[in-house]
Amino acid sequence: MLVTEQERLKEDLQALAQRHGRGRGALLPILQDVQTRHGQVSGYAMQVIADLLDIHPVEVFSVVSFYAFLNAAPQGRFVVRLCRTITCDMAGKDRVARQLENDLKIKFGETTPDGRFTLEWANCLGMCDQGPALLVNDQVLTKVTPEQVHEILEACRKSFSPHALAAKEEHHS
Amino acid sequence: MIPSHKGTLTFSSIEPNAGLKAALSKGRADLIGEISASGLRGRGGAGFPTGVKWNLAAAAKDAEKYVICNADEGEPGTFKDRVILADFPDLVFEGMTIGGYAIGAKRGWLYLRGEYAYLRAPLEEVLARRRKEKLLGRKAGGKEGFEFDIEIRMGSGAYVCGEETALIESLEGHRGEPRNRPPFPVDTGFQGHPTIVQNVETICWVPCILVKGGGWFKKSGTEKSPGLKLFSVSGDCARPGVYEFPLGITVAKLLTAVGGEGAKAVQVGGASGRCVPAGEFSRALAFEDVSTGGSIIVLGPQRDMLRVARNFLEFFVEESCGQCTPCREGCVKLLEGAELLEQGRCSMSYLTELCRLGETMQLAAKCGLGQSAPNAFLSIVEHFRDELMGRAPRNGNGQHG
Repeated sequence: MLVTEQERLKEDLQALAQRHGRGRGALLPILQDVQTRHGQVSGYAMQVIADLLDIHPVEVFSVVSFYAFLNAAPQGRFVVRLCRTITCDMAGKDRVARQLENDLKIKFGETTPDGRFTLEWANCLGMCDQGPALLVNDQVLTKVTPEQVHEILEACRKSFSPHALAAKEEHHS
Repeated sequence: MIPSHKGTLTFSSIEPNAGLKAALSKGRADLIGEISASGLRGRGGAGFPTGVKWNLAAAAKDAEKYVICNADEGEPGTFKDRVILADFPDLVFEGMTIGGYAIGAKRGWLYLRGEYAYLRAPLEEVLARRRKEKLLGRKAGGKEGFEFDIEIRMGSGAYVCGEETALIESLEGHRGEPRNRPPFPVDTGFQGHPTIVQNVETICWVPCILVKGGGWFKKSGTEKSPGLKLFSVSGDCARPGVYEFPLGITVAKLLTAVGGEGAKAVQVGGASGRCVPAGEFSRALAFEDVSTGGSIIVLGPQRDMLRVARNFLEFFVEESCGQCTPCREGCVKLLEGAELLEQGRCSMSYLTELCRLGETMQLAAKCGLGQSAPNAFLSIVEHFRDELMGRAPRNGNGQHG
């Protein structure tokens, strides 16, 4: 990481500590915000947070590693989580899963090389009457069919700026 | 008989804040007395009497007490709390405020599961409005000397945080690992102070009881399980959704109401619950018979019961916090056993051994998660043994999950 990027991250973390406080109870809200804003809680971020809250970095790591929605490794801009629990399974989540893997060209637990998508399993999303259910970042989608997968991913892709997309395509060609 | 529409549940017939008004006009003892008289028991599944809980917390001598509403609804097949939080957020906050008044707390938290993050913004708006309407903050509800406010805290994808002491650990900024109980949170809760942790639905029944009376509540349900209850119905039925029934309703009656006749079994209580086979559909959904937090998964005749059991075990392997050995290792062993059964390679003596391991987990695991993790597997082995033994191995059609 560049020194300037580190500085920027540090400033951001200081602002978060300012907002949530420096008590131990602030740890989870801070980590959740870091995850949302930076797509990961990096080792460096954990060290800075530990300093701010005056706890050992291992304490921070132990919390990050416990919760499914916190990640030390970088996650894609869109985290796609497919519910694998029983009623979504009964409603046909296997085919949705296969199509997600086909269209994203990655397996569950992986991130696309361009850093746009991470594909993960989720346990019960609380949409059991409307499965198969999918969580795309904070947005929940229900009764997902394999043929809708493409549309859903395209809708995500559209949110990247045309400039960014063009640059990416140039890079690939 | 009532499908999931906003207008048809009891919650929608309650005048906003009438319960809070009634509560604040009473003394604390009277208020808790009314809740005790109603016989209300925890709707999250454990069924602890709410009046007793509030009495213990109210009697504890401490300047700091807390109210926590447990919206970490993670039990497979349960989604009633999502519907309540979306359709009746005021009732949730009203109930929490009443709880705060009853036990003498100034602060409350709504612990919302990370998977429901999309509900956060609308809930924050409701909180802001309630502050503006002076229903929260100093002199809350116009009551001199009563101060109460509520903060929303998010979970981060850990089922075990639905266990009340794990939830408190998480609020304190730790891993969501359950504590030993006793001491119970009513005595030693958030940062060691008396704390009541209530399920979303339980807290919503409180204002209803104060408006309509404890006697009204007690009129429905059974003697040991009074009142109405919301059920989350999913799986192989014509009309899945949230339903309101009196406790004590039989599985058969419920199935008729939701269009699930002809089911081969019903999983009651989610992954941590039990599998009720068709032969036992006359049993009652109540704390004294088949106890549940409201998760009803209908399994049609075509369902492979081993696949159901395996799915639940995968769930627990993933969600075990890893703190105690019976749960951490037991779940993995049971899942391996289910895989052996799937491949048709499990001897009867090994299956018996697995069942004994499951019973050990029920006794020896530290918290409710570990104690109930083997339930589904054990009840499926008990009732569907003929489906499980001597299977032909699956041909190469890969399986996900």
